Amino acid sequence: MWYALMQKSLCYLNLAGKGVVIMTADILEERKKSIISSDFCCHGDGKGISCEKVSVSGSVSQRACVYCGARVVLNPITDAFHIIHGPIGCSSYTWDIRGSLTSGSDLFRNSFSTDLKERDIIFGGTKILETAIDEVVAKHDAKLIFVYATCIVGVIGDDIEAVCRAAEAKYNILVIPVKAPGFSGTKSQGYKLACDAIMKVIMPAFDGSKIPGSINILGDYNLSGEMWIMQGYFQRLGIKVNATITGDASLETLQTASKSVLNIVQCAGSSTYLAKRMEQEWGIPYIKVSFFGIEDTSNSLLRVAAALGDEAVMKKAETMTKIESSKLQDFLTKYKPKLAGKKAAIYVGGGFKAISLIRQFNELGIETVVVGTQTGQKEEYDIIRELSSPGTIIMDDANPSELETFMKEKKADILVGGVKERPLAYKLGVAFCDHNHERKHALSGYDGVKNFVEEINLSINSPVWELLA
Amino acid sequence: MLDLTPKEITERKALRINPCKTCQPAGALYCALGVHKCMPHSHGSQGCISYHRSVLSRHFKEPAIATTSSFSEGACVFGGGSNVKTAVKNIFDIYDPDIIACHTTCLSETIGDDLNTYIQQMDIPEGKLVVHCNTPSYVGSHINGFFNMMAGFIEYLAEKSETCNGKTGIFPGFVNPGDMREMKKIAGLLKADYIMFPDTSGVMDAPITGRYDMYPKGGTKISEIRGLGAVRKVVALGEITEQEPCMVLKRKTGVDSDILPLPIGIANTDEYVMALARLTHAEVPYVLEEERGQIVDIMLDASAHLFGKKAAIYGDPDTVLGIASLVLEMGMIPKYMLTGTPIESFNKKAAALLEKYGVADQCTVKANGDLFELHQWIKNETVDVLIGTTYGKQIAKAEDIPLVRAGFPVLDRHAHALQPIVGYKGALRLVEMILNAILDKQDRVCADEDLEIVL
Repeated sequence: MWYALMQKSLCYLNLAGKGVVIMTADILEERKKSIISSDFCCHGDGKGISCEKVSVSGSVSQRACVYCGARVVLNPITDAFHIIHGPIGCSSYTWDIRGSLTSGSDLFRNSFSTDLKERDIIFGGTKILETAIDEVVAKHDAKLIFVYATCIVGVIGDDIEAVCRAAEAKYNILVIPVKAPGFSGTKSQGYKLACDAIMKVIMPAFDGSKIPGSINILGDYNLSGEMWIMQGYFQRLGIKVNATITGDASLETLQTASKSVLNIVQCAGSSTYLAKRMEQEWGIPYIKVSFFGIEDTSNSLLRVAAALGDEAVMKKAETMTKIESSKLQDFLTKYKPKLAGKKAAIYVGGGFKAISLIRQFNELGIETVVVGTQTGQKEEYDIIRELSSPGTIIMDDANPSELETFMKEKKADILVGGVKERPLAYKLGVAFCDHNHERKHALSGYDGVKNFVEEINLSINSPVWELLA
Repeated sequence: MLDLTPKEITERKALRINPCKTCQPAGALYCALGVHKCMPHSHGSQGCISYHRSVLSRHFKEPAIATTSSFSEGACVFGGGSNVKTAVKNIFDIYDPDIIACHTTCLSETIGDDLNTYIQQMDIPEGKLVVHCNTPSYVGSHINGFFNMMAGFIEYLAEKSETCNGKTGIFPGFVNPGDMREMKKIAGLLKADYIMFPDTSGVMDAPITGRYDMYPKGGTKISEIRGLGAVRKVVALGEITEQEPCMVLKRKTGVDSDILPLPIGIANTDEYVMALARLTHAEVPYVLEEERGQIVDIMLDASAHLFGKKAAIYGDPDTVLGIASLVLEMGMIPKYMLTGTPIESFNKKAAALLEKYGVADQCTVKANGDLFELHQWIKNETVDVLIGTTYGKQIAKAEDIPLVRAGFPVLDRHAHALQPIVGYKGALRLVEMILNAILDKQDRVCADEDLEIVL
């Protein structure tokens, strides 16, 4: 089928005199502005990539919704009750899916919802929500409750804010509404709502005091213990970490956030907005960091030390990054011959992660030939273009056929993506690395470099490929 | 693990904790994937279909293709008509399926979108089809979605016929492709010329080929769904899942159905075999008799270890009923039988089954339940084995009870979707899994002097 379509709409573009041939078969007209080539804007209008839009009707979008964005950011808060107000699906699909590890409570690994029924849709669901909150508080020692409104609640007009206010007054605990109907925007909108909710958790504890030289880590979700790896580095440097947002967070640690003098933002897509709000409210400056790959990890540690302006810490950071990077050289020397010359395709959630991955592949001598993100932003796509070699395909909100088309055309050896992309890659005979919710090894920091390289090697050089004659 | 769960059980009126179901559209998607060259389409927000595709990909370890109307705020105010019309045009232009199967969501149902009318207003290319069904997420579970989508296909496509095409319809129920293959194998051995609908074998268990086929080889063909109106009879497997599609088929085309339990366990498989034999007048071939003899032989060996052992069985209603039947055949007690699907006939059928074996007073049965409650029951009186979906994993760890994975979804293992739990072969597999799980634990926890090499 694919070939037939290609015949139908095959289109050759000679790019910037480089003779690069791009096949645009299988691409919806509306989608063409969301796909560019790094050296030339082949499908767009010359103004760069079209992004930060809702998906085109009828496309096989890989994206989730506003509610999902809010839920994935808040879910790792370990001792919170997350009550999903809506029919069962929204709570079912997001039950314990993130792989965020906890050092304390495992409350967040349960799924709470109001499981709305037809009569609730007709008569309104506020009563049932009130009862659900009562039931939580009556039987459990609840201190923090998030109430998420899903699509249908947005339509039937339940006033969840009023319910939450009343419950807060009744029980003297935090009950925070997150109004996240799926249709009200993109996943990024959900990130924003989550950030606002986090602000509501921190606000009541603000007392104006500061802990000198201390930081918050924003936008890391402690998948496979990645937050702990970063915390370990900061501990060695003598930097105190107050709040981890939201990986392995608790109400108590979150409420120390306003005491920090610096915010570092790992997942920029989800948490830059929170950093900006904290800057406005409490004057805490922020820097964006990335702990994926040696280069970015070392740079991030040095930049955090510099931003804190403590000479002693800066010295320690210099020594530590040198030692840690050199420790990895033997390891990399061993693996490089197995990986150099391979080609990678990247399809991840945010643009910042894509940037780190391109750098990391460069370190390994792997060329990145396709880059896509679900929610990348304009500035990020600009950086991606600069980092990529000529002819690299860059896509926003790609669908499986587009991924297939360009992975084949560019002869990718490995795809880095999430749950929906894994079987697609395997079907194409392409290796795969999960860099999303389902990663099973920590991929951040120096430890993460080892895990990442081992995983890439394991997949690219698996003996099973030999059987696929 | 699960420190929250208290032993003391108190009534909950509003709060659902740790569900044992998901919403209708997920089932509708799975059903539509069992139709050849069909693009399932979700009429709702873009997140819904992303979730359904993820859960199917996690269970089957396969791509699960589907499109979405991608509702915006405007669509909620003015209706999703233009969204679905644009979507259908785009889908035929680019993905080129033969048929699009739309299902609704809680959102499009609540704003009152009338897909029937929208489809009539659409400009559908010659030779192509669009069908739909209503799957409000606030009614029932994914099981309802599955049978509503079946009913939707039948309503649109099945044709009443004066002449019989000599075939037998087989409705496999909400089962894995591995189960469907086993059902087809048995039908083939009984010389049945059959139409299986839906049929996800060859779709959700497609082999690796080095290329990605958006529409793999498998799936019920559109002509076959049309032909369901001319079959001799339908053998429908799953007493709860198949009521609705069989009723719609009868109303539309007059075709009768034998609605049987899922063929899990010996008695249920016997029923399936006999129903087919009655239709085809074929003799039961030796190879099936041999399979039956083998599994009964093994069950006799196994029952020495399993007799009186207690199981908690949870998941989809027909699957739970089938597995309970199998464990009862070996003298085990299905101490707890729970489904999240709110269909009350589950309770009656379970009670009747337990009554038949005289163990009703020892067991607890619940439809519309959740895994939090199951965990509480277990805290009050434990069991020897959990049999059900991956979501029992936390209970298994918290209470140190072995878990046998069966049903939907199984998110943390591979190869399960390609293997049957139905038929004599499926029974053999289930018995082996249950036995291994219980004996492995026994070997792990027993004192050194009690560890036996020969059992």
